[in-house]
Amino acid sequence: MIEKDAFGFLLVIALMTLVVYVTRIVGYWLIGRLVIGPRLRRILEALPGAVIAATVAPTLVHGGMRSLVALAATALVMILIRKDFLAVFTGAAVAAAMFAVFP
Amino acid sequence: MNPPEADSPAHPKPAPCWTWAAFRQGALSVVPFCPGLVAFAMAYGTLAARKGLTLAETVLMSATVMSGVAQMVVLDSWPQTLTAGAIAGIVALTALINARYIMIGATLRPLLGSSPGYKSYPTLFFLVEPAWLTSLRYYDKGGRDPAFMLGGGVMMYIVWSTMSVPGYLAGAAVADPRQFGIDLMMPAFFVAMLVSLWRGPRKSFGIIVGAGAALLTEFVLGGHWYLIVGAIAGSLAGVFNDD
Repeated sequence: MIEKDAFGFLLVIALMTLVVYVTRIVGYWLIGRLVIGPRLRRILEALPGAVIAATVAPTLVHGGMRSLVALAATALVMILIRKDFLAVFTGAAVAAAMFAVFP
Repeated sequence: MNPPEADSPAHPKPAPCWTWAAFRQGALSVVPFCPGLVAFAMAYGTLAARKGLTLAETVLMSATVMSGVAQMVVLDSWPQTLTAGAIAGIVALTALINARYIMIGATLRPLLGSSPGYKSYPTLFFLVEPAWLTSLRYYDKGGRDPAFMLGGGVMMYIVWSTMSVPGYLAGAAVADPRQFGIDLMMPAFFVAMLVSLWRGPRKSFGIIVGAGAALLTEFVLGGHWYLIVGAIAGSLAGVFNDD
């Protein structure tokens, strides 16, 4: 549960909206004024994967057998079929089944 | 603000026309991405319910921030108390997660550049990857109407904002999220995204180093540092990716 402070929450949302909008327009605005070289391009390209990998890594280690099996099932479905909808729901179904068998 | 002829005098471009036809074409072009987006929006709604957000706050966040990974990562790592430092951390994390838009936005110059700023800058609010991808393809095939990108973006915006509602209701109705595997929907979505981002070990240093650095930081420091350290270390390691 997060702290229920409506004002703080709205402030965070407003700031996040502003920051995300700035990232959406600043490259468009800057182009021609700044050259995005191959190094910077690779760094920017690697960012989404790095953020996502950093987000899930602790879950994989601390989540126990149930989350390991469920997330392995997700990865397997994704590798074989490449449908994220199906992959996510397979993972959730496996996790639910594991919880029912080993509560 | 340039007149169209100024871009290339030899081959004057027709003025961008902002037609409904191009808007509709753009909206339809992103439909194949919708099932994945629905799954993501529902996972976000579920997470928001578990974190104690109201339904209005959940939809408001999607309709204003409109950045799925940032919304989920920030909700997931919400600080115990909202100090100025914690807010600065959230802002930094959001900027880091969305830094890729800087490069994506830059590539839209050709399509949007000959439109006046009062049209191109509001259009960029709706910039998301699927609309960007289909817009690049549209431009490659000779399409020049910027309304195409707006149509794709608005379509994704509507789906993203509304589809958090069923996820929220499901998340709020379930007493123990583990019963339906709801607690693992967000990690599962991220794992699925990693599979599609994976380009083989020699082109995925960002993912490998990001995960490794996050784990190391988690064991050594604890707290929420693992995210920022993993993101920075991973993206810097991306310099060594093969092209």
